[in-house]
Amino acid sequence: MNELLKKLSKARGVAGHEGAVRAILREELAPFVEELSVDSIGNLIAHKGGSDAAGQHRVMLAAHMDEVGGMVMRANSDGTVKFRSVGGLDPRILPGKRVTIGPQSVPGVILRAPHAARSGRRAVPISDLLIDTGGAGGIEPGDMITFESGYEQYGKLLKGKAFDDRVGCYILAELLKSEFPCELVGVFTVQEEIGLRGAGVAAYTVQPDVAVALEGTVADDLPKQNDVSPTTELGKGPAISVMDRSAHADRRLVRILTETASDHGIPWQIKQPGVGGTDVGTIHLARAGVPAVAVAVPCRYIHTPAALMDPEDVKNTIQLMSKALSGPLGRPLRAGWSEA
Amino acid sequence: MRALIEELCGVFGPSGQEERIREAIINHLDGLVDEIQTDRLGNLIAVKRPAAGVEKGKRIMLAAHMDEIGIMVTHVDAQGFCRFTTIGGVVTNALIGSRVHFANGVEGAFGLEGSPIARERPAPQKLFLDVGADSRENARVQVGDSAVFRSSFGAVGDRLFAPNLDDRIGCAVLIQTLRELKSSPHELLAVFTAQEEVGARGATTAGYGLEPEIILAIDVTATGDFPQATPMEVALGKGPAIKVMDRRMISHPKVRGWLESTAREQDIPYQLEVLEFGSTDASAVQVSRAGVPAGTVSIPCRYVHTPSQVADYNDACGAVRLLVNALGGEYPQ
Repeated sequence: MNELLKKLSKARGVAGHEGAVRAILREELAPFVEELSVDSIGNLIAHKGGSDAAGQHRVMLAAHMDEVGGMVMRANSDGTVKFRSVGGLDPRILPGKRVTIGPQSVPGVILRAPHAARSGRRAVPISDLLIDTGGAGGIEPGDMITFESGYEQYGKLLKGKAFDDRVGCYILAELLKSEFPCELVGVFTVQEEIGLRGAGVAAYTVQPDVAVALEGTVADDLPKQNDVSPTTELGKGPAISVMDRSAHADRRLVRILTETASDHGIPWQIKQPGVGGTDVGTIHLARAGVPAVAVAVPCRYIHTPAALMDPEDVKNTIQLMSKALSGPLGRPLRAGWSEA
Repeated sequence: MRALIEELCGVFGPSGQEERIREAIINHLDGLVDEIQTDRLGNLIAVKRPAAGVEKGKRIMLAAHMDEIGIMVTHVDAQGFCRFTTIGGVVTNALIGSRVHFANGVEGAFGLEGSPIARERPAPQKLFLDVGADSRENARVQVGDSAVFRSSFGAVGDRLFAPNLDDRIGCAVLIQTLRELKSSPHELLAVFTAQEEVGARGATTAGYGLEPEIILAIDVTATGDFPQATPMEVALGKGPAIKVMDRRMISHPKVRGWLESTAREQDIPYQLEVLEFGSTDASAVQVSRAGVPAGTVSIPCRYVHTPSQVADYNDACGAVRLLVNALGGEYPQ
């Protein structure tokens, strides 16, 4: 199991509290990049000039550091904590889950509030859930709440929390350790889960020629009653977005990625269109526009404490991006448009 | 212009895949403008500069969107039936019985799980698309392919029927305006925008890139002139509508006043529009950079976002007259 991926998965960082993740990445990347900076909103920006001095093609790769979690609203005198979600949590999976609260890492477990305990089969909304800390102190309103979860091997899969999007951070960190002909700007973004906020700010500053968001995305590949819709499937390679709620991918970039994958025998899949959103949503609208696409590692049970992903998909995503950056993604897009 | 509207309504162009409609429009701009370019999101930008020696007026962006609503395939099942998601605000209860076509010419008919007759508004996930295949292997479409309502232009007198008058009629009005405009003191940035139906995305980036001093969108608007319509003082055949407000924008009073006074001086019938749902490209450009005074010239259109949209040709002609006269003169001090 990979140590960097493990460290990133276990690091705690909901939107607005990405410091621990940023520190890991700064330390990891310092020997490999020319410049590391943190912008006004907290994005970590890593810069590499590229080996091709004449090439004036700037590629931005983005992966978000924040994970879904919660925020303390109030520490009650009876030892319970009232909280709200930060990012998309499914209230149906919350009761009974272990969490870690605040800078002092206070442990707790989620329970239904007494008046909602007898809810029958209905899901209890987050507003009717509490966290039981056993009366531990040191909890303040505004403290972040993260899932407590180990990073483990399950069969041939990896299990952990926050693969969305620490797997993207891991892939981006690995890519930044290699040399490519194009100018490369790796941006570890903040506040993706609450509205793609960091990425838009970064893209405004970076002014890239093209951009790729590296993500962990929903895998919905277990057998169903109807043959309707695997969003993505584990083990079938990087998932390339054509359209989601936040953006239409640039069709030339989609073609570059699918052709590069096919040319090198790397498996790939198209993510089910219309689902979810990524940092591409704000990146592609920055200034006068940025051609952009998202590439993701499929994760089952995303936004829960126990996401599962296939290390082969991680490896294949790194390989696809490496081949693409050494090839057509590292060169200016051809002028004009044609149907791809 | 009637032939132009019909031609543009016959060209494939869902949001995000505007290549063909862009080419069709470029063919009509030859000789009308000084410069044509396509930007990074696929907006088509045609620049017409004032004649040398004329005291320069304003830098005015005119936006009509090229894209149309549609659907995108999300899954092809073992029998070759497709599941889909919508591109833009498709009225899903209008889908059963309508047909779509893909870029490669494949046709699709919508079906509903269970009974073929919908008793109530069908949930989108209960609908599927029949593309004439009997297996996944011989379906000639794949996940990520887009389709639009099958082109079926028709006319009864001056009433025009098509699935994509929104906003091909606006594109035609903009082209016709460039044709009829003999001279203008203004620098005109005619932008045929991409991805309006999914959130005015093309206009967002074009507005930033072009830095106009005024933005005018040319788009369709809803009407209140059919049985038990939501009350709205816009009707077919009563002239172009000058927008006062919609869900995302309040028109700049000076821009609105400029359009209104032009219409009055030229005896062009017009209507004032207050739209309680939807918006246009002008709303995105209005808040670009440090802000841009914005207005919209609307062509009234019934049944917007369904496969059968109806507009009146005379309203489109009135919109052209209004724009030609406004742009041909000075912007008020």
